[in-house]
Amino acid sequence: MAEATANAEHQEHPLGIYFQIWAWLFVLSACSYAVDYFHVESYLRWTLIIIFMLLKAGLIVAVFMHMIWERLAMVCAILVPPLLLLVFVAIMSIESDYTFFTRLTFFNFGT
Amino acid sequence: MAETSTNPAPLQPGMQGVVADWASDQRAFKNVSWGKAMMWIFLLSDTFIFSCFLLSYMTVRSSTTVPWPNSSEVFALSFGGDPIPLILIAIMTFILITSSGTMVLAVNFGYRKDRRKTALLLIITGLFGASFVGMQAFEWTKLIVDEGVRPWGNPMGAPQFGSVFFMITGFHGFHVSVGVLFLFLIARKVWRGDYDNETRGFFTSKKGRYEIVETMGLYWHFVDLVWVFIFAFFYLW
Repeated sequence: MAEATANAEHQEHPLGIYFQIWAWLFVLSACSYAVDYFHVESYLRWTLIIIFMLLKAGLIVAVFMHMIWERLAMVCAILVPPLLLLVFVAIMSIESDYTFFTRLTFFNFGT
Repeated sequence: MAETSTNPAPLQPGMQGVVADWASDQRAFKNVSWGKAMMWIFLLSDTFIFSCFLLSYMTVRSSTTVPWPNSSEVFALSFGGDPIPLILIAIMTFILITSSGTMVLAVNFGYRKDRRKTALLLIITGLFGASFVGMQAFEWTKLIVDEGVRPWGNPMGAPQFGSVFFMITGFHGFHVSVGVLFLFLIARKVWRGDYDNETRGFFTSKKGRYEIVETMGLYWHFVDLVWVFIFAFFYLW
């Protein structure tokens, strides 16, 4: 935080943190590939995939895109609106449940 | 910056800072140039576009009564021996992450005014990006020619698989391609010394600054970010 305020518009940070995050991104990608490679299935699979995905996304946005060093006004303006998508996800999953149900009821010709 | 000298009030931290920044009756995003702020706004809008694609993918996949093709097998590749599941996609993921790392180094060396290293790292990033697009072209060819996947159907299962695949990876691949072009353009300007000599831009006639490398970096990291979500939801799910 200190160096960010020192050179206001200038996102210059020690290289070490980038290399650390870089290494973490490789590890996390390897982990999410391992989930598929070792045929982890069902809920454990989905949980692991989402955890690794969110960790990777968080690291990229926070450090590589310098979000942790920006002012909170900026962080809120960019990171809060995407949360609305969760509402959208909820609506669409209800809708697709309904579609699936109607399809099962009305056109299961083969079964 | 000229703007900061006309704004002597010290910036406040935390939530109070958020309110003060937004109510300052000036620019709301302090310590961020307009170029960077606008890149962020653009990326936010792009987030919504990609989210719409992924959401429609979720909707068609969870409402289909036909089994969804097993992506682990569809994207398997064999190098002489047994097919390795999803290997090409894994390689593409690692390539994109590597390129993100070289990009972040380019931004850093840019601010250190190390012209050669910045240009070189930008070119390396661009080459990684180009190889990513190349592999994607290979993947598309394999799917279209060998496996007979079409936007309206495929031999493996739910017909929506093809349309979702071509739409999402196509749009992402387009972003990568534009990014590669953007990278090479900036690399050329860095190499020429435009940002050391503060050469005025062709369109904006503003003085060239190394900050553009960071703005470019935001775009490139975003492309990587979108891939993280595509990899998780489309390929691994």
